[in-house]
Amino acid sequence: MKPFSYSRAETVADAVAALVANPHAQVLAGGTNLVDLMKYEVIHPEAIIDINPLPMKTIEELPDGGLRIGALASNSAVAYDARVQAQFPLLASAILAGASPQLRNAASTGGNLLQKTRCCYFYDPSTPCNKRAPGSGCAAIGGLTRMHAILGASEKCIAVHPSDMCVALVALDATVEVEGPDGARDIAVCDFHRLPGDAPERDNTLARGELITGVRLERNHFAQHHSYLKVRDRLSYAFGVVSVAATIEIAGTQIADMRVALGGVAHKPWRDQLAEADFAGAPAEEATFQRVADRLLVKAKGQGDNDFKIPLVRKAIVRALRQAASGTPQSQTNKKIQ
Amino acid sequence: MEIALERPGSLTCPLALTINGNPYTLDVYPWTTLLDLLRSNLELTGTKKGCDHGQCGACTVMIDGQRMNACLKLAITLDGTAVTTVEGLGTPDDLHPMQKAFVEHDAFQCGYCTPGQICSAVALLQEGHARSREDIRELMSGNLCRCGAYSNITDAIEEVLAKQATDPSHREAAE
Repeated sequence: MKPFSYSRAETVADAVAALVANPHAQVLAGGTNLVDLMKYEVIHPEAIIDINPLPMKTIEELPDGGLRIGALASNSAVAYDARVQAQFPLLASAILAGASPQLRNAASTGGNLLQKTRCCYFYDPSTPCNKRAPGSGCAAIGGLTRMHAILGASEKCIAVHPSDMCVALVALDATVEVEGPDGARDIAVCDFHRLPGDAPERDNTLARGELITGVRLERNHFAQHHSYLKVRDRLSYAFGVVSVAATIEIAGTQIADMRVALGGVAHKPWRDQLAEADFAGAPAEEATFQRVADRLLVKAKGQGDNDFKIPLVRKAIVRALRQAASGTPQSQTNKKIQ
Repeated sequence: MEIALERPGSLTCPLALTINGNPYTLDVYPWTTLLDLLRSNLELTGTKKGCDHGQCGACTVMIDGQRMNACLKLAITLDGTAVTTVEGLGTPDDLHPMQKAFVEHDAFQCGYCTPGQICSAVALLQEGHARSREDIRELMSGNLCRCGAYSNITDAIEEVLAKQATDPSHREAAE
């Protein structure tokens, strides 16, 4: 790890001012991703701004029945919160599908949103990577692509976003609260992460100096019909190969509202609201779910090693929707897929 | 206001924390991890360095009662916290119930992952989310054992969990 200067922020304004003052400064919360990347010298900040003293750990109920999760609430605190489990079980399930108990105890909500890709070329400073060193090229294209994107990739980058939590947040239409030099603003989580395009070094739409302060979840009607299905190389403690967060509101036998977010397939958690809307009123049954999967994957394109992800995620979408519709969400303890 | 902790002419920062019940007042480089502080600076070598990247769990300790990977925690961020390592759980003459169960069940072979397994298991029972063998397996997944002693590790934890469930005094002893 390269040396850096260290300071502690006592207020959000301190952290914002420190970020504005030094473009090579990084905010440190749980450290589970940033410290690891600093050890590999993938990231070498000049200055670390420790935001752990900030009072942002609370999970509170909102007047409209939703919840606000402080940016420093740990992944464990969120996943085991009784209100989260009752109102947003999809989020609890997705968090528990990821990492290990030790990592979930340390990792923060804001940090999870800012997770870097696990692309092996991003992690290896001896290879070109447009995300790590803009303009240097992409070693993944034409390289080992088993874990890479099948949707939304560009000629500059085919990395995927590794989070489980964010896939659920996208399905739940969460809002990210940020504060920066120009004050506070909200970012819809669907607009928070971005596709690589010509600037894969930018993972998200945060402006310089902006700090995530919390995440808001609006009340919804999905608590009975949801499932987070994660497919990975070993049953626990592994990044997803593909994952699906599915929620359905069923009226009689028909889909009243349906949301499907995909993990492990793109530079951001993948969701297609226009496609979802087309299935309103369709029968909540297997044939519909297959059409949903086909529709979501119309533009899917493999890179060679990862061609298998297309049929894999197609089946995972159908299965997750079936689990959601029948009210039998995927267990994150017994991983046998029902 | 933002507090810069380095002093003029020095690269180190002051750090005060409690480790296994003992208070420490230290000066550390900001880039020193808790794991390196324990092993190299304080010679508390019970905590092991396996992968040093949060992938194996050999460095698991408890920070304010919560199990975490010591390799991914910068020590300087732990000012005011209480850290418990395997050295703080029991002694050779007075083993922690979890240590005793690991011995009785032969829950290790080379032993390198064992301190992390035991710290993780003790925290697991304190968390209170494990009800079954299946739960134990899932919630111990952050601790790898390359010798493959998993079934005996699970047996040991299951026994302590069962004793806790039937005997509240055992729970207090285990905590």
